[in-house]
Amino acid sequence: MKVLVPVKRVVDYNVKVRVKSDHTGVDIANVKMSMNPFDEIAVEEATRLKEKGAATEIVAVSCGVAQCQETLRTAMAIGADRGILVQSDAELQPLAVAKLLKALADKEQPGLVILGKQAIDDDANQTGQMLAALLDWPQATNASQVEVQGDRVQVTREVDGGLETLSLSLPAIITTDLRLNEPRYVTLPNIMKAKKKPLETVTPEALGVDVAPRLKTLKVVEPPSRSAGVIVPDVATLVDKLKNEAKVV
Amino acid sequence: MSILVIAEHDNARLGAATRNVVAAAAAIGGEVHVLVAGGGARAVAEEAAQVASVSKVLLADGPSLAEGLAENLAAQVLAVAGGHSHILFAATASGKNVAPRVAARLDVAQISDIVAVESADTFVRPIYAGNALATVQSADATQVITVRTTAFDPVAATGGSAAIESIEAVADAGKSRFEGRELAKSDRPDLTAATVVVSGGRGLGSAENFKILDPLADKLGAALGASRAAVDAGYAPNDWQVGQTGKIVAPQLYVAVGISGAIQHLAGMKDSKVIVAINKDAEAPIFGVADYGLVADLFQAVPELVQAL
Repeated sequence: MKVLVPVKRVVDYNVKVRVKSDHTGVDIANVKMSMNPFDEIAVEEATRLKEKGAATEIVAVSCGVAQCQETLRTAMAIGADRGILVQSDAELQPLAVAKLLKALADKEQPGLVILGKQAIDDDANQTGQMLAALLDWPQATNASQVEVQGDRVQVTREVDGGLETLSLSLPAIITTDLRLNEPRYVTLPNIMKAKKKPLETVTPEALGVDVAPRLKTLKVVEPPSRSAGVIVPDVATLVDKLKNEAKVV
Repeated sequence: MSILVIAEHDNARLGAATRNVVAAAAAIGGEVHVLVAGGGARAVAEEAAQVASVSKVLLADGPSLAEGLAENLAAQVLAVAGGHSHILFAATASGKNVAPRVAARLDVAQISDIVAVESADTFVRPIYAGNALATVQSADATQVITVRTTAFDPVAATGGSAAIESIEAVADAGKSRFEGRELAKSDRPDLTAATVVVSGGRGLGSAENFKILDPLADKLGAALGASRAAVDAGYAPNDWQVGQTGKIVAPQLYVAVGISGAIQHLAGMKDSKVIVAINKDAEAPIFGVADYGLVADLFQAVPELVQAL
């Protein structure tokens, strides 16, 4: 079974982004970029499925600017066998990415697509579900455990209040939650090997997909900042403030 | 123009989040219809019919909808989508699971986690872990939206008198099967709806030590939360996680104990009315958002606080 793993290049999760002064977006020039953390978990899971013999080939896909090649190389250093870059300088929103991935899924015929549950830049949490809808495949989002059983996959999901387990017929879509696994560190030899793995570049036009954004961002602003608080010297003062100043207890 | 709100429920009770979503629908303006899709869920529809501002309740009751499988639920929403200008879900695990599936089938964008309504096609939503607020305008014919429930005050649970219309439940898509559910049992208030939240972080040191928060939560009538570090270390269950990838809370009082205050955690709680931080590290970023900070050893301060309350 072939596994397709979409990966996104995003601002590194440790960076605190700044809103541009003209309110057109956030300033990501000269900021450290990395693979979206949930996508790393997805690549790791695919790699583990291959190590267990449940997967035969892992194809990493990224949609975006030329620099997404670095993200694909990271995926290949973790364990992906080859990469596909859908290169575009346009702003790609989840629906457009889902359509691009559908076109690739039609071509590659994977048995499983594993995506991150959300990207930490747009925080949308949509692409996996949209892809499942476009392909008319079953989905299991927020996966914390995945087990391939013949022509089905059993997935434990993190839901509000606990866990639930679903069994999906393959092919299927899975999105990863934080607890699914601990992604391995990429080693220098694997980074070197990843450089030799095949990386194909295609365009949205070649895939016949219209990527025009459906949502227009009118402005981006800083959230209201909280007024500076006070450090209290002891518990008694804290309780006094909560009772008499904030009146919350 | 009418707005379709997808009810949150467990087949027995209407989820509180639904009333927050109805409030968002009322802010958009127009007739509000609520879809209750479930198995044996008539009581939920009756509860929904009482909710203020709701003019019609659609009840789709059948075994295919009993477990909230995304494939069937999305098909059910699509079956009644026609004639609605907006389709609103709560930004809960269930709403986030289904809304994008509906949007993709309608070939429209989905707008996630809105915190404000500017107009019928323009909404505000947080991006980058809440470090920026984007105002987005949609050009699509139908708006499919998930609503951050903490950003909208719930409408009243009573006062409405909507008619309940039964509709046929969709057939099972047959692609996924529900196997089981393990829900954590708790007598405490629901984390996302609690007026007081007490959260613990890595500073607690162990699952055993986490229990030091119990008497404090009892005293305050609070829900318990946790940072990712505490959840990953096994000190607290996963569904207690507050943050960008966990629950988003906005209680009247949030007490952060032994939590440093990483960006991802702040994303889940910085809209709380009053934030209290107890941490022995005076440099911890949590003090940057706390209204009241106490630099102290939590193992002394927490029992003292329980005593003093």
